[in-house]
Amino acid sequence: MFRRLAKALLAAPLALSLSGVVSQSAHAADTTLLNVSYDPTRELYSDLNKSFIAGWKKDHPADTLTIRQSHGGSGAQARTVIDGLEADVVTLALAYDIDAIAARGLLATDWQKRLPDNSSPYTSTIVFLVRKGNPKGIKDWDDLVKPGIKVITPNPKTSGGARWNFLAAWGYALKQNGGSEEKAQDFVKALFKNVPVLDTGARGSTITFVERGLGDVLIAWENEAYLSVNELGPDKFDIVTPPYTILAEPPVAVVDKVVDKKGTRAIAEAYLKYLYTPEGQEIAARNYYRPRLAAVAEKYKDKFAKTQIFTIDDVFGGWAKAQKTFFADGGIFDKIYSN
Amino acid sequence: MGHGSVTAGRQSISFRRRSVIPGFGLTFGLTVTWLSLIVLIPLAALVLKTTELSFERFVAIVTAPRTLHALAVSFGISFAAALVNAVFGTLVMWALVRYDFPGRRLVDAIVDVPFALPTAVAGIALTALYAENGWIGSLLAPLGIKVAFTPLGILVALVFVGLPFVVRTVQPVLADLDKQYEEAAASLGASRGQTIWRVVLPTIWPALLTGFALAFARGIGEYGSVIFIAGNMPNVSEIAPLLIVVRLEEFRYADATAIAVVMLATSFILLFIINRLQQWTERRTTER
Amino acid sequence: MSVAEIAPPATAPARVIRQAPPVHTEPPAVRIAIITVALVFLGLVIGLPLVSVFVQAFAKGWQTYVAALVDPDALAAIRLTLIVAAISVGLNLVFGLVASWAIAKFEFTGKSFLITLIDLPFSVSPVVAGLVFVLLFGSQGLIGPFLQANDIKIVFALPGIVLATVFVTFPFVARELIPLMQEQGTSEEEAAISLGASGLSTFFRVTLPNVKWALLYGVLLCNARAMGEFGAVSVVSGHIRGLTNTMPLQIEILYNEYQFAASFAVASLLALLALVTLCAKTILEKRLTREH
Repeated sequence: MFRRLAKALLAAPLALSLSGVVSQSAHAADTTLLNVSYDPTRELYSDLNKSFIAGWKKDHPADTLTIRQSHGGSGAQARTVIDGLEADVVTLALAYDIDAIAARGLLATDWQKRLPDNSSPYTSTIVFLVRKGNPKGIKDWDDLVKPGIKVITPNPKTSGGARWNFLAAWGYALKQNGGSEEKAQDFVKALFKNVPVLDTGARGSTITFVERGLGDVLIAWENEAYLSVNELGPDKFDIVTPPYTILAEPPVAVVDKVVDKKGTRAIAEAYLKYLYTPEGQEIAARNYYRPRLAAVAEKYKDKFAKTQIFTIDDVFGGWAKAQKTFFADGGIFDKIYSN
Repeated sequence: MGHGSVTAGRQSISFRRRSVIPGFGLTFGLTVTWLSLIVLIPLAALVLKTTELSFERFVAIVTAPRTLHALAVSFGISFAAALVNAVFGTLVMWALVRYDFPGRRLVDAIVDVPFALPTAVAGIALTALYAENGWIGSLLAPLGIKVAFTPLGILVALVFVGLPFVVRTVQPVLADLDKQYEEAAASLGASRGQTIWRVVLPTIWPALLTGFALAFARGIGEYGSVIFIAGNMPNVSEIAPLLIVVRLEEFRYADATAIAVVMLATSFILLFIINRLQQWTERRTTER
Repeated sequence: MSVAEIAPPATAPARVIRQAPPVHTEPPAVRIAIITVALVFLGLVIGLPLVSVFVQAFAKGWQTYVAALVDPDALAAIRLTLIVAAISVGLNLVFGLVASWAIAKFEFTGKSFLITLIDLPFSVSPVVAGLVFVLLFGSQGLIGPFLQANDIKIVFALPGIVLATVFVTFPFVARELIPLMQEQGTSEEEAAISLGASGLSTFFRVTLPNVKWALLYGVLLCNARAMGEFGAVSVVSGHIRGLTNTMPLQIEILYNEYQFAASFAVASLLALLALVTLCAKTILEKRLTREH
């Protein structure tokens, strides 16, 4: 056992250096793309990269293309790019994080108009994960503020996903109370009174809910909820889609400064456009992201519950505004916890 | 101690006492240079970033109730954890150095696990154990004691990361202590308790203070293991390093460094006082 | 009564006494009580977490355990971790010896200040330890633009990871040596010098043998910590899979992918490395003391 391990350990650097030699001698273009993404997309992009590289290989049989992945919290990943990580493409949880990169001049500020559908090739929504059989009878947002219900959601200050959760709850409360911001704030405050733990990331919250057995309901991205049910126990949890919830649009963009320096613009753009093709959309749908393409959406329509969906632009006037009102220092989220 | 050098040093007002041992200039110079490159210059960058803020803004950030609370949590619980470690760490160290028992060597090795285990793994493992459905948490839950996701959980995590500091700083000193001293004390009629109190403790005291200081210092900055077990509720179980991360997430680097600078300055002062105390007891025991 | 009054001259002869049964020790009841308390405390704080790591690592059997370790990304992470640890430990070993010589063997003004500066990295939050290097070398940083113009990569590459690790493990060797060297005093070195030995040979023949176990401790601890550092490295790594992920980061990735068994397998490997080196150390120590 150990010998095998030792052999593998020795073989890895050897193989690595050998592959370097081979690719150099083969006078072919050797391209590496770096996709800096957020936590929940690991599975999606490992599938997508394989498929994209296979297709690309058919047209460029002599060349090699490597797509490297980097994952972490969406905000932290954006900072890494700002601080110099040479990402060819960024695929993050919210537009605000890519706006922050654009604000430092790494890509055009109108980046969101460069690709269809707000540069979000797939979408998701916010749903509830509850224990099997839904013992607390949780159906809608109202049920989350009932006394004695324990709600698990990550900290909106450190998790992009949690910001979607917060805004979904706010949007619901606003609609319920005829647009009264005051009542919406009371609602969200009551909701967070029921939150016993604020994990720093979405996956941390999932693990608190699933592994530590804490809480009655987990607020999560739809794709995360499906993934955790499949990975951690189909017989232990149910997914409840609330009748009114937010459209989460994780955006993608090419980082101009990096691709122009590395000369990878063409391939980086092709990579992102691939997300919009039927194959790309299929892969997204298989990974529980809602596809944009009507044909693919039709094919997978049984997979995603029907619900009334509002967008961040409709209700909040875009990310920049929402970020400032709710999540900046002294914003509404801080007010909820200030007394 | 060479009495010649001591008297000369006491009278002179020079930077250092004269000694027959060579190499001071070289080693001191190298120490300061390397220290500057690795520690001081990077930390200066931290301070420099903070100067982007106006003084009023700086004060506003560090005196905000939320910041003060997070600092109090970090410093208070680290101090408590260092105390726990000073007491139990000394017992552990004593058992390891002075007694022979089955499995002693394995126990000795286990003490270092907190250094080797990535803090995140420690946090996950401790949370799994002390959560209400964990091995230990399920035993404590009927008693009404909650550890995971409360400030008590932070204490457990900080005791975990700090323990080896106490044990490993004191252990070599006790191991090096010649038993002749104790035998001499006993033959002069001292009881075992008196011998330990008067002979052994004064010798290990400086090292124990160092261990305490290091465990304390380590606890203040700890992040990886704490965030898993703390619950991270603002104004309850939110630690200062988490608040730094929160500020970074808001893309407010200068605000983050402001909190970092305050933590740095405070822990520097605390460490300095403890080190002065330690040097003082050191000199007292060697000079007498 | 003080130590000096009852102590024999500091030039005490060899430690033959150790081999004789201890004449004076605590009563058996006290001894058993201390051992019990120590073991229970260690068991609760360290033993159980460690056991749970191994239990989880083997929860899905040997195959999953080995598969997790021979995965190409895991191998790359193990390799990177070993490289980073080797460089960091080497640098800190030399620094530790030099610094402890200057601090323990001489009396000078501002000594506590210097020691405190050496301690400082312990109290700096790992998050901040990573951040300072980003503030210096990141593209928004002080010398970032210069580095970028010359295409020198420090953060989000090997040099940055090494720098962060050296910073975090900076005090280990020095801090292990200083208390011991101070406790030992300077009389032996002074005797050697006055007998005509050079400074260097005094160091190698007198000082080094006296502190060799503490030095070994220091190096082992420094190494363990270097391999296990998570927070600071996480900030400067860039998290590129198979390239800039160290073992602790690989553990986090696997954990976040809900591959708990695989994640704990890599973690157990780190714990195992530390345990094996430390057991080896104790055995070596025992054999050498017997030879004397």
